[in-house]
Amino acid sequence: MTLVAEGAAPERMQRRELSDRAFAWLLISPALLFILVIVVWPLAETIRLSFTDATLGGENFVGIANYAALFADPKFWQTVGRTFYWMVLAVSLKLIVGLIGASLLNAAIPGKALFRVLVMPPWVIPVAIGVIGWKWMYNGYFGLISGLLQEFGLVQDRVALLATKTSAFYSAIVTDVWVGTPMVTLFFLAAMQGVSKDLYEAAWVDGASRWYRFRRITIPQIMPVIVSMALLSAIWTFNSFEIIWILTEGGPRGATTTLIIDTYKVAISSQRFGEGAARAVVIVVLLATFSLFYLWFLNRVNRHYGAK
Amino acid sequence: MIDRLTLLQKIGVYIATFIFLLFILMPFIEMIRVSLRPMSHLMTADFSWWSDDFSLQAYRDMWVTVPLLGRYIFNSIFIAASVTVVTMIVVIPAAYAYARLEFPFKSLSLGGFLAVNMFTGAVLLIPLYRVLRSLSLLNTYWAMIIPGVAFLIPTGIWLLRSYLEKIPKELEEAAYVDGASRLYTLRRVVIPLAIPGLIVVGTAVFIGAYAQQFLFAITFNNVREIQPLPAGLFEFVGYQDTTWNELMAAALTGVLPVMLVFLFLQKYLVAGLTAGAVKE
Repeated sequence: MTLVAEGAAPERMQRRELSDRAFAWLLISPALLFILVIVVWPLAETIRLSFTDATLGGENFVGIANYAALFADPKFWQTVGRTFYWMVLAVSLKLIVGLIGASLLNAAIPGKALFRVLVMPPWVIPVAIGVIGWKWMYNGYFGLISGLLQEFGLVQDRVALLATKTSAFYSAIVTDVWVGTPMVTLFFLAAMQGVSKDLYEAAWVDGASRWYRFRRITIPQIMPVIVSMALLSAIWTFNSFEIIWILTEGGPRGATTTLIIDTYKVAISSQRFGEGAARAVVIVVLLATFSLFYLWFLNRVNRHYGAK
Repeated sequence: MIDRLTLLQKIGVYIATFIFLLFILMPFIEMIRVSLRPMSHLMTADFSWWSDDFSLQAYRDMWVTVPLLGRYIFNSIFIAASVTVVTMIVVIPAAYAYARLEFPFKSLSLGGFLAVNMFTGAVLLIPLYRVLRSLSLLNTYWAMIIPGVAFLIPTGIWLLRSYLEKIPKELEEAAYVDGASRLYTLRRVVIPLAIPGLIVVGTAVFIGAYAQQFLFAITFNNVREIQPLPAGLFEFVGYQDTTWNELMAAALTGVLPVMLVFLFLQKYLVAGLTAGAVKE
């Protein structure tokens, strides 16, 4: 009896081993097909179009003319610079505000369950709806922010925050931080709750202060989550479209035009598909380079802090 | 027992929490305030926190100003729900493969899926537009559902995989030993056990689809009747005669149904979502 069982088991294992591959690919194929048709093929097509002068009318191969024109345009480099500035500033703020928010929500105070729920609304409503609310608040005549600034005597007159270049840019940053903060906060909070209580107690017994424990225990322990949230929000912020589009459509005078907005205007609004595609390819290359560099960095961080 | 917060520290935490939540909730507070005031007063009076002209008039008038409001609300939920169903049908088997099976190019292909996260629809709009046009799907619900699905698949696989990994293997082994086929085991053993995880991932996909429908809607669809809420309301923004109080009333009414459902689910959702992230 023992012999039979021992003989049968490997055979069955082997049969399954063999069909594992086929079965796995069968299971993945619907997802793969979707990505191939909706992401990979359009991506290849975008690259092809970027070498043409495609419009609604037709298309001719123009070589690297689109790229040459793009790289020779000082405005384009301004847009690239602005996009990275937009990304770095907004992501840093999201991480800082998220870290502060998560620490507050993690504090042992009565009412924390309610506070945690109250962080979520910006995350569960359509982004565009929240941004419409912000657009109202920024208006100069009867908007909340202008009104408050006047009330506190910070400005003499009404200010239309979206009408001047600098204030429009920073207003868009504030709104972007508002959209992104809840999710960052919740992920940080969850990570903080996963940190072993023993670590804190051991440090406390040794007389470590609250701030010291935060710096030397909390931060290192949640570092992997901080780093991956930073990458995700960097990509989202870089690609962020709705916020700027609804607030300013890239204006005034291009002050809030990021690469995505520029691409949309050229490709969709004015239907210059070839030139738009060249811009899209630049975005993909920039993001891919950035992400690879970042993942390499993430790997090092994980190794340094001992990935779980 | 670790040191507790002193009374003074507690007060400090409350004040800081209050300021933090004020930043998060300010637009909602302001939208509610605006929706409760007559437009003529909003436009003429200086800014004031409180006034005695609060009324619900805008919540009645909005149905006239935005005649399709009911449709918009329905469309938003319908599109997000369809995206969720299609995404889950595609994601469940894939996530199972990544959680349980060993096969060539496993980590490479998973990396490939995750790399899709780098793109948003905005980069691929031109060819997507052409794909949808050649399939005659422009100006249909599908034009807003299909791209939405594609960009939520990677996250869906990623989240669900970490759930399925936690289901004990022994149960599947037992089913095999009893002679069940692989597909039967997936359907009758794995999926029922994974229901809490499926709810979490499904809700996350729904929120993703619900929050991000604006771009595809304004680009691939110009039929008013099937426009989702954000795109439908955007039409009213930015004109001299925008009746902001009615717009805000419509926006708040529009997000209310999903907000309420979410309030019931939030506890499970947050725990589940972040569990996947932290484990990684």
